Amino acid sequence: MPERTLVEAVNLALHRVMSEDPSVIVLGEDVGVNGGVFRATVGLLDEFGEDRVRDTPLSEAVIAGVCVGLAAQGFRPVGEIQFMGFLYPTIDQLINHASRLRLRTRGRLTCPMVLRAPFGGGIHAPEHHSESMEAMLAHVPGLRVVIPSSPARAYRLLLAAIRNPDPVVFLEPKRLYRAVKEEMEDDGVAGELDQCFVLREGRDITLVTWGAMTNEVLRAAGSLAEDGIEAEVVDVATLKPLDFETIRLSVDKTGRCVVVHEAPITGGFGGEIAARLAEHGLTSLLAPVIRVAGYDTVMPLPKLEADYMPSVQRIVDAARTAMEYS
Amino acid sequence: MTVRRETAHETDASALQIPFTRFIDTDGVPVGELPDSAREAGEVVRLYRAMVLTRAFDEKAVALQRTGQLGTFASSLGQEAVSVGAASAMRAEDVLVPSFREQGAQLWRGVSMKELFLYWSGDERGSDFAVPREDFPVCIPVASHVPHAAGVALAFKMRKEARVSVCIFGDGATSKGDFYEALNIAALWQVPAVFLVSNNQWAISVPRRAQTLAKTLAQKAIAVGMPGEQVDGNDVLAVRHVVARAVERARNGGGATLIEALTYRLADHTTADDAHRYRSDDEVSAHWKEDPVARMRSYLSRSGGWSKDDEEALVRDCTSQVDTAAREALSTAPQPVSAMFDYQFVEMPFELKAQREAALAAKGEMDA
Repeated sequence: MPERTLVEAVNLALHRVMSEDPSVIVLGEDVGVNGGVFRATVGLLDEFGEDRVRDTPLSEAVIAGVCVGLAAQGFRPVGEIQFMGFLYPTIDQLINHASRLRLRTRGRLTCPMVLRAPFGGGIHAPEHHSESMEAMLAHVPGLRVVIPSSPARAYRLLLAAIRNPDPVVFLEPKRLYRAVKEEMEDDGVAGELDQCFVLREGRDITLVTWGAMTNEVLRAAGSLAEDGIEAEVVDVATLKPLDFETIRLSVDKTGRCVVVHEAPITGGFGGEIAARLAEHGLTSLLAPVIRVAGYDTVMPLPKLEADYMPSVQRIVDAARTAMEYS
Repeated sequence: MTVRRETAHETDASALQIPFTRFIDTDGVPVGELPDSAREAGEVVRLYRAMVLTRAFDEKAVALQRTGQLGTFASSLGQEAVSVGAASAMRAEDVLVPSFREQGAQLWRGVSMKELFLYWSGDERGSDFAVPREDFPVCIPVASHVPHAAGVALAFKMRKEARVSVCIFGDGATSKGDFYEALNIAALWQVPAVFLVSNNQWAISVPRRAQTLAKTLAQKAIAVGMPGEQVDGNDVLAVRHVVARAVERARNGGGATLIEALTYRLADHTTADDAHRYRSDDEVSAHWKEDPVARMRSYLSRSGGWSKDDEEALVRDCTSQVDTAAREALSTAPQPVSAMFDYQFVEMPFELKAQREAALAAKGEMDA
């Protein structure tokens, strides 16, 4: 089986779904001749032509707004926003239109669109290129928020997102774009949305995370194992709607939970998971749910970003703290 | 008659000449040769009837709001010619992308008064139009629907369909980035769309002169390389003519147009507004002289095509239609609480099913 990086997997999924379904079109800034600033759309223009692979003006609100119009007409547009820091002009379209078109017309008009955006820190990018504001999107009723954490999951979840009949925001952890390669087949098989993935099984503590942080969390789990602490690692993958059941079953077993995300701690999605465990899993808990997250400050420029993002050590320390409760 | 109006000084005037079209003056007298579309008396009467019906609908809606039977409502009093004239220039298979004050266009296109009353009474089913199925529901966040019209038109172009999207918005919308960005991409991609500014001179309390230093709103098209023109928005024959010309140009591959229809909001912004706070009675009275409904009535009377009996019969008919529709809408059984959940997603996510069950239990409702 060929090995692929995450960004290659995104590219393969786009090729695959565009060749299967003529209603899929890709639009965004530099997605055509340039193949996207991260090369996620390389080759699409040559294969599918400029009608279906459209370089847009520098106009994020209109990328999302045109997607809504196309989707209402039965197309399946896939819009690319170059970085999450430039996604905010699309929020009006996502909150006021994409997420509610189907509901407010009682199903008469629908909005099967996908908006892709790379997010997260750790690649020494300029200001505004490293934030993780996924919780803001997960708060929007009617939006799916999907975050892959490996090449194979990126391929399968992107296929599923584009084939899904409702709007999806697909956030790609750009730190992982080329960090790892994984053997995967371009077989057109979609993965399951709205589902967590257990990346590592363990009986002592549950570590919950998503996106690029799966890397640090798995390394933390390895480190904890050296001390005889067996951590279970859950990759949330779809933040909204949340597959809480998988998290609850894991915490039922382990009794302890640490949630890890790059995004600022207050109002972050870790709070939602902690709240649900308090509501529905309190009797299983042997220790408080601990969050390891970014701070409530603006994401620093590259020289300090490693200190902002949860490190393996901070995750290990939090897990040990949780283990100290008996 | 189309005249050219100088719009800017200290610039290249030739680039900023914005055509202005009017056929009937405020007294109902033709100012020149009428277009072919105005020659068929039956069609002209149809336009007039639609404006009168729209006014009757608005009047009823405001009355229902005042008695607590309808939510906040935006009357189109004084702007009926823009709404009706634009819709009359479209084909059934075209798509309307309206703002929240275009009931005249919606009714012309087949949205029922019952549906509109239902929507404004706070029931989503009012946007599930029996016809026209592909028209957008009203858009409340100003200008955020303008990109949709570009997207719909792009869909038509990609499928090589001879259809056009028509987007209507107010003067306030032209100050927003969405408006400019959508116009830019529509012009760039030469999609079959028509953008119609219903310039009623007021964005709630902020007058047109406080929105922009630009002499016309139509000239904003020039920056994106799109034709822009003005029309007397209180002359339904002129609106119909200018919009029809733009719609057919778009349909034939000629690209998009921006049209500024000059009209006036005779009513408050909505039933939640009190326009006395920011504009004088004298100003409003002066604009009543331009009332598009009175203008057409006068034109029809002068041309011998309309009698006092015709007028009385029309008013009776409109009142009866409006009353019947309001009664039907207000006696419609409310939706079950499950409706909050059942239309959010095509396939309901597991966690939403649990919330739905909880909501049903809280209401004491059985599952449908």
